[in-house]
Amino acid sequence: MNTQQPVPSELTRRSFLKTTSTLAAAASLAPGVFASVNDTLKIALIGCGGRGSGAASQALSTAGPVKLVAMADAFKDRLDGGYNNLKAKHADRVDVPEENKFVGFDAYQHAIALADVVILATPPGFRPSHFEEAVRQGKHIFMEKPVAVDGPGVRKVLAAAEEAKKKNLKVGVGLQRRHQKPYLETIQRLHDGAIGDIVAMRCYWNGSGVWVRSRKELEQKLGRAPTEMEYQMFNWYYFVWLCGDHIVEQHIHNLDVINWVKQAHPVKAWGMGGREVRRGIDNGEIFDHHYVEFEYPDGSRLSSQCRHIEGCWDSVSEHVQGVKGRCDVSNYRIEGENKWGLKGDHGKDPYQQEHDDLFAAIRNDTPYAETADYGAYSTMTAVLGRMATYGGKEVSWDEALNSPLDTFPKVLGWDAQTPTAPDANGRYPIAVPGKTKSF
Amino acid sequence: MSLLKCCLLGAFASGFVFAGGAAAKPVDFVTDVKPIFELNCLTCHNPQHAQDNGKYRLDTKEEAFKPHKKDQRIVPGHPEESEVYALTVLPLTDENHMPPAKLKKAPLTKEQSETLRQWIAEGAAWPEGVTLKVVMKVDFARDVEPLLERGGPLSDPARETLRLWLAQGANWPAEVSFPSAKAAAGAPSVPAGPVDFARDVEPIFARGAPLSEQARATLSHWVEQGAVWPAEVKLGPAKGGAQAREMDLVEQIHRDIVAASKERAEADMKPYTNTIPGTEVTYAMLPIPGGEFLMGSPAAEAKRNEDEGPQHRVKIEPFWMEQCVVTWNEYELFMYPEDKAPAPADGTTNYTSATADAVTRPTKPYVEMSFGMGKDGYPAISMTQHAASIYCQWLSAKTGHFYRLPTEAEWEYACRAGATTAYFFGDDPAQLGQYAWFGDNSDYKYQKVGRKKPNPWGLYDILGNVDEWTLDQYDPNYYKQLTGTVTEPWNKSTKPYPQVVRGGSWQDDPDKLRAACRRGSSSDWKMQDPQLPKSIWFMTDAQFLGFRIIRPLKVPAAEEMFKYWHSGVEKE
Repeated sequence: MNTQQPVPSELTRRSFLKTTSTLAAAASLAPGVFASVNDTLKIALIGCGGRGSGAASQALSTAGPVKLVAMADAFKDRLDGGYNNLKAKHADRVDVPEENKFVGFDAYQHAIALADVVILATPPGFRPSHFEEAVRQGKHIFMEKPVAVDGPGVRKVLAAAEEAKKKNLKVGVGLQRRHQKPYLETIQRLHDGAIGDIVAMRCYWNGSGVWVRSRKELEQKLGRAPTEMEYQMFNWYYFVWLCGDHIVEQHIHNLDVINWVKQAHPVKAWGMGGREVRRGIDNGEIFDHHYVEFEYPDGSRLSSQCRHIEGCWDSVSEHVQGVKGRCDVSNYRIEGENKWGLKGDHGKDPYQQEHDDLFAAIRNDTPYAETADYGAYSTMTAVLGRMATYGGKEVSWDEALNSPLDTFPKVLGWDAQTPTAPDANGRYPIAVPGKTKSF
Repeated sequence: MSLLKCCLLGAFASGFVFAGGAAAKPVDFVTDVKPIFELNCLTCHNPQHAQDNGKYRLDTKEEAFKPHKKDQRIVPGHPEESEVYALTVLPLTDENHMPPAKLKKAPLTKEQSETLRQWIAEGAAWPEGVTLKVVMKVDFARDVEPLLERGGPLSDPARETLRLWLAQGANWPAEVSFPSAKAAAGAPSVPAGPVDFARDVEPIFARGAPLSEQARATLSHWVEQGAVWPAEVKLGPAKGGAQAREMDLVEQIHRDIVAASKERAEADMKPYTNTIPGTEVTYAMLPIPGGEFLMGSPAAEAKRNEDEGPQHRVKIEPFWMEQCVVTWNEYELFMYPEDKAPAPADGTTNYTSATADAVTRPTKPYVEMSFGMGKDGYPAISMTQHAASIYCQWLSAKTGHFYRLPTEAEWEYACRAGATTAYFFGDDPAQLGQYAWFGDNSDYKYQKVGRKKPNPWGLYDILGNVDEWTLDQYDPNYYKQLTGTVTEPWNKSTKPYPQVVRGGSWQDDPDKLRAACRRGSSSDWKMQDPQLPKSIWFMTDAQFLGFRIIRPLKVPAAEEMFKYWHSGVEKE
């Protein structure tokens, strides 16, 4: 296990870097690293949980030589678990010696330094700073959605995304529906006018919720009482600064589809939400349901529901109404004068496809900037929704994006103060619509 | 329950320690002898299993004293002539020793044998009306430790287990402890009034072995007062090999099933509707008569595939089959154990059973698993074969019936219901719409179960709607390897893919719904699972796949149950 060394702010050149004078000159203008079809791309994984390991596995399954060379995680057991799973699946493409495994809050900097392509898959609260650092170090990037959890975070990501463009870095975002053949085909038809102007939209992520990791469980793992920071990091889904609430962490997928269909992001939102059943001692501070109306620049509105309550009506889907028909986007069906339904080939696994596309762009040096194109905006859309439900007031896009409310801790460290802390009964302050200042 | 309560209270009132029952005072049948029989003898010498065990039953007085050939098993006043005692003191190497060492049964302790001797010597009094039943022998590691580890409000069966454990001596191995800050404080004295969990009980569990008399008394008061266990309190992590623990669990479920099963012969088999305990959810089971049939399709069948032949004769034992495929109503009870039926705050009633609770459950899916196609009354879908099998184990533990997936042969036999044609109603796909949901009439999604006509044996949606899991590994050449009439063929799995699914689905063309049509599962069916490792519970891309359960008339041995429920090949 590596103890951390200072990270060079300038790139060290890698052996596969093209060495002709023209390319060297180009590289000095735009420090993005170009790999030809036959060059081995070195990958670093930042955040080694199930999804991070899955993303690394997909990156390691792309065409052309690739190698996982470094890993970073806040928790050593997560890192080891991810390493073992990846090694079992891709023995010859995983080459991470002990000194390239980094643990702790600044582990990411060191892992990023060793790679050509970095995968950012920690809890989303860390994404802005990790993305910023990866851009600073001039790396190509695959970043999981959401790319931030608040206004300052999205602003940081947007700035870094501009910088990435200037450096000609390729950036993919884990909104895999954008790479899913049936979605691409359906939305192309909508853009081609299959149902005319789209005047009303609906989308849902109503399901039963996700895992809970209890303080007791962590205490047993550690053999002592965890610090508050350890606990929040362990049970990260339930804390806004780490997760953004489920409207940001999950529902972003559906909101992104609507933004994609509309080729725009909302300008305003109103919403309501709360926690009806999510009241356990390890349920932190997030809501279990949100309902938001978003207004788009053309005046059309999106109603969006997301819920984490078992035993209710469930749906994860997107639907749009046009003047000439309607479309069940997620079911790939159009009703109306241009009636259509997808039959047959559903295409490749979109999680694999998104990596295939990113790595092809890296190897062929084609423009690729998903964060700047839509990743940051769809994240902001979801954050706007949360601001509307937490505060209960009308929130404009600009107010939300320019919000000074920074959820991130002032200092990182296992003993550092967390942005929110439990009271004597282990309960956290919960947003109260009408009272809470949410942006 | 009241019997157990009496037993327990009696035990503490008299300072009785189970293993030390031999005493100078007269032996009492109910408190001294009955527990020995129930724990050590009844597992074999019960009405269901007596046939294989010397035709001797020890559950009623009449049976116990019935002469056998020339011998009496119990000769009042003459222990040496009574096999019930004499066989327990034979050398362990003697093949007639009871309980049989070859079945890995522990011998009776000297004190237990002495109790039996004394009881017979004193005249072998067996009060009228006292009947014996199989009582679980509580094993700390298997039965008690998981309860303590899990913590939370204890179910009735869990409390019963604790009662039995206390009654049986509350053995706590010295090496097992649950480290906790509270341990240091030690257990206070036995509370006179209401037991407080945090003050009185938790320190005892925290300290672990061995339990003092005082600690046992405290625990017994606590159990009597409802064994309230605050939901957030959990003790140590699980210990021991997962496989061994799982086998122990299966053995426990097996014992419960053996004790509960009533039907002996095919004539006893009736259709029944069962309510899943503690819920309002029901499922209906239909008897499928045993018999022989010709499996596979004839070479001349339209749209037939090569893997459907050659046709071969198969003999099938009788079983019940679920009338409809398992719905979300049923399956979600298994998916979401805690939340569906929260235990009342006082911990007094709870629908769960200790064994069903101990069955592993699926991890929470990240995506919404009905994919918007509806839940109430609709087929459960997108589960792995492993998940479907563990559902069967869970339901078995809950109900005391042995449920499992059908083999491929059992499925085709039940589907055909005697027919030799492509479909159970004939060969004409034009009629299919009366019986099945498939590509042409399903409106791109699955439909509520039981809305089309059933097959001649009453099974709904056996064709179409959703494909159904079977137990077999898919091998296109499997039928070629079978000769003569095969009884209950089962091509056991050795690898994760492909496994056989049958019946066709809402997505399919009519030829895929033919009774003989076979399909193998594929790793593509987990394609959209973004995690590494991928889930062993969900097949995110198999939105056309469900299952229905069967219950064989003959209850198999625990080892076989284990094999039916744990193929061991569910991995990526």
